[in-house]
This record gives sequence, structure tokens and C-alpha cells, in this order.
Amino acid sequence: MSEPLVDVQDVRYAVGGRTVFEDLTLQARRGEITAVMGPSGTGKTTLLRLIMGAIRPDAGRVTVFGQYVAGLDRRGLYALRQRVGMLFQNGALLTDLDVFENVAFPLREHTRLPEPLLRRLVLMKLQAVGLRGAASMATSSLSGGMARRVALARAICMDPELLIYDEPFAGLDPISLGVILRLIQSLNATLGITSIVVTHDVQEISTIAHQSYLLSGGKVVASGSPEQLRAAAIPVVNQFMNGLPDGPVPFHVPAPDYHQQLLGED
Amino acid sequence: MAGAAPSVPGAVTTALRRTGGTALFLGRVIGQCAPALRRPQLVIAQIYNAGARSLIIVMLCGLFVGMVLGLQGYDLLQRFGSESALGVAAALGLVKELGPVITALLFAGRAGTSLASEIGLMRATDQLSAMEMMAVDPVRRVIAPRFLGGIIAVPLLTAIFDGVGIFGAQLIGIDLLGVESGSFWSQMQSAVTRTDVNEGLVKSLCFGVACSLMAVYEGYHADPTAEGVGLATTRTVVSSAILTLLLDYILTAAFLGS
Repeated sequence: MSEPLVDVQDVRYAVGGRTVFEDLTLQARRGEITAVMGPSGTGKTTLLRLIMGAIRPDAGRVTVFGQYVAGLDRRGLYALRQRVGMLFQNGALLTDLDVFENVAFPLREHTRLPEPLLRRLVLMKLQAVGLRGAASMATSSLSGGMARRVALARAICMDPELLIYDEPFAGLDPISLGVILRLIQSLNATLGITSIVVTHDVQEISTIAHQSYLLSGGKVVASGSPEQLRAAAIPVVNQFMNGLPDGPVPFHVPAPDYHQQLLGED
Repeated sequence: MAGAAPSVPGAVTTALRRTGGTALFLGRVIGQCAPALRRPQLVIAQIYNAGARSLIIVMLCGLFVGMVLGLQGYDLLQRFGSESALGVAAALGLVKELGPVITALLFAGRAGTSLASEIGLMRATDQLSAMEMMAVDPVRRVIAPRFLGGIIAVPLLTAIFDGVGIFGAQLIGIDLLGVESGSFWSQMQSAVTRTDVNEGLVKSLCFGVACSLMAVYEGYHADPTAEGVGLATTRTVVSSAILTLLLDYILTAAFLGS
């Protein structure tokens, strides 16, 4: 089994008095696609922010490329982030730049490449996501799926070793979803990029993930291959994997007694 | 309880925290100005955005202010029989006071608000976080060029405002009210000194720093919601106006004192 590229050990994190994580432990191994799943509000995006060093855990260790993230200063953190690509949920494209310049952005900021070489590199990345023909388009005229593909081209522009996807499938039509799914898999396979995919789209990610973690209540409640997760006899895992509306994650937000609230106030 | 009026100590603490935060942010932005200057095309784009696009409103307002100065100045001066000093009165009023102040207020309303909402929206749509994650400091890439662009644009706009204002004053004074052209211009030439022009320049530079700082600070620290961006825009205008007039008093007192 390959070594873990991202290692989250016994992490505790609380914000505003609310505990988000309690003894959270998970790993993403080199060259694999690791899926992190869980119901909305379980802190999946917070986990990504911990891995990227945008926030620090209250206890425990987050290690990326063998580096202790919370121990890095700004310069160290930026050096680390140059080796990581991140795909935001909504793409987070820069609205004052066109598609080409968005993809070229990390190259222009971090390298001094001659213009013809830069142009070739950007066109190659756009070709990889099927949008070479959209290079001169404004970001405002892109569909949701196209914007996410441009963001993906930008994320792979610096040839990262680790790619982090935050809800890559959210709000996409089936065709765009299939395209993104295929891209995650092919980038992982052809470029050897380690991928962490945070999502709640169980069916889609199950087809490509090597390892899955299911978060609930601030910790990992189940881990393993998608098949192992589906076979697990844990109620919350069963509810999540099968999309049941009620169960350990209740349909109703805790509230006073229904009858009493409706009738008892006269 | 939601909507409760903030207590007085709470309001004072908030005001102090904001002042301190602004000062620290200014330090951070200044620290990134030198790297930003190494890519002058980013700064030039912002001078165009903040400056060139404010030209029409600044020129139009300058013309009207100058024309009003012509009318009011003539009315006042003719009571003492010295309407030939209209040129001096209009030029000094514009160069030392009205030019820098009104240009700064117009800049805050026209360019400051658009800066604050642009940066606020970048925050709300994760563009600034995305830059952070790409190991690009948004203060260097986004804030510093806009800040510098504003500082450079305000004195230039002020000079244009002054010029158009003096043109407006002569339009009313000479062409309409019949003030003698020779004395209008010659008195202006001999009475307006380099010190007066310097005073206007220093003021416009300081106002440029203040208005640009408030715009980028409020935008950068806006809540990432529609309401937050709106609030940041409002705050930009309010704090820019207050800061401009406060600085104007301090600078005027300092120049008169020296």
C-alpha cells in the first residue's frame, strides 16, 4: 500500500463553541482517489481548509507531503500550495479575466515563462478539459459545467501533485457531471495526481474512488472501498449510502412538541 | 437579542477595533506596494478604472463649481469694488480647498464605491480565497494595484478639476459679467504661489490615500453576502467623506500654522 500524501491525525476543531471535528483521522494515499463524503454541514469544506492550512486545528496534526501544515509560516504555506490544485465548488473564476487568462493566472503569478510557451501550456490544459475552443470567452458567458472545467484546467496548470475537489458535482446536469467524473479519473490515472474529492454524490464517486470516508458528527463513522461502505451495518452509513430521508440524521430539526406548539398557545 | 441597540462601550470598542484594523491593513498594503509596482500594467489598468472613468463627472462638477465661484465671488467682491480680484479668489479657492475636497468626495462616490463592491464581490464569490489557495497573496495582486491606482488618480483628477473650475469662473466672470480679462489673469498669476499649489497637491495626495484605503479596506473585509457588499459600499462613502473633511481641517490648520 502506498504512503499517505495527506495525513490527518486525531484532529479536533471547534468554531464559535461548536465542535466541528472530534478525533478526526483519515489519510489520502499517493496516486489514489480518496472520497470524503457526509451529510451537509458535517464540515467537509472545513476539512479542506485544514488541509490547505487556511485554518489551524485546536488539537491533532495535519501533514501534507510530510510537512506539518500548522507549523508552516506564510511563505512555507504558499510553497506547499503551489504543489496543490484546488477546485472550488462554484469554480471561483476571476471575473475580470477571460477563460485563457484565468487558466494562465497561476503561471503568470509564479513563473516567468516566455509568452509563446505559456500560451502553448494553457492551450494544452484547456484541451485536456475540452475547452480549447472557449479560450477567448468571458467567464460570465460560461455555463456552470464549463466554468468548473475551466477551474479544473486552472487547478492543473501548475502540474500539482495533489488535487482537491470541493463538491465537484454540485448543481451539474448529467452530461457535465459525467464529464467532470471522467476528468477526475483520467487526471488521476494519466498524470498520477493524488485526488481528494469532497462530495455527497455517493453513486457518482463510488464508481471511481479507491478509498472512501464517511464523516458524521465530527468524526469518521466508516471507511473503506465503496463496496465496504455499502455493506457496513452502521445505521448512519446505511441511511447516507441509500439516501433515506429519516434515520440517525433526522428529517426534523429538533423542535418543541408539534401539537403543543400549534394548539397550546391560545 | 437581535436588533438591540449596541451599548456605548461596545460601540467604542468596535470603532477602536476598526481603526486599529484599518491601520494594520494599511501597513500590509504598503508592504505589498513595491512588489505591485513591479507589474506596472496592473496599476495602470487601475488608474484607468478609477481615474479615467471618473473624468466626466469630475470635469462636469469642476465646471459648475467654477461657475458658481464666479457668480458668488463677483457678488462678494463687487461690494468692495474689487471684482478684478475674481481670478485670484476663484483660483485660490479651487486650488487650496474646493479642488482637492470635492474631487476626493466625487472619487469616493464614483470610484471608491465601485472598488469596494468589486472587491467585496470577489470575496463573496471565493475569488480571493481561490487566489490564496493558488499561493497568490490577494493583497499584492488585487488590493495594492487598486490602492496605488487611486493614490495616483486623485491628484491628477484634482488638477483637472482645478483647471476646468478656473475655466468656469472665467466663463462667468469675464464673458458674462464683464470682469476685465487682463487683471483677472495677471492677478491670478501673481497671487497664486507655489506654496498654494503645493498645499493643494499635498491635500489631494492625502485624500487619495484616505479614500483608496477606505474603499479597499471595506471591500476586503465585507461580509460575503449581498447585504455585506452593500454595507461595505455605504461605509466606503461615509468613512471616506468623514476622513476627507477631518484631514482637510488638520492639513489646513497645519499649512496656515507653518
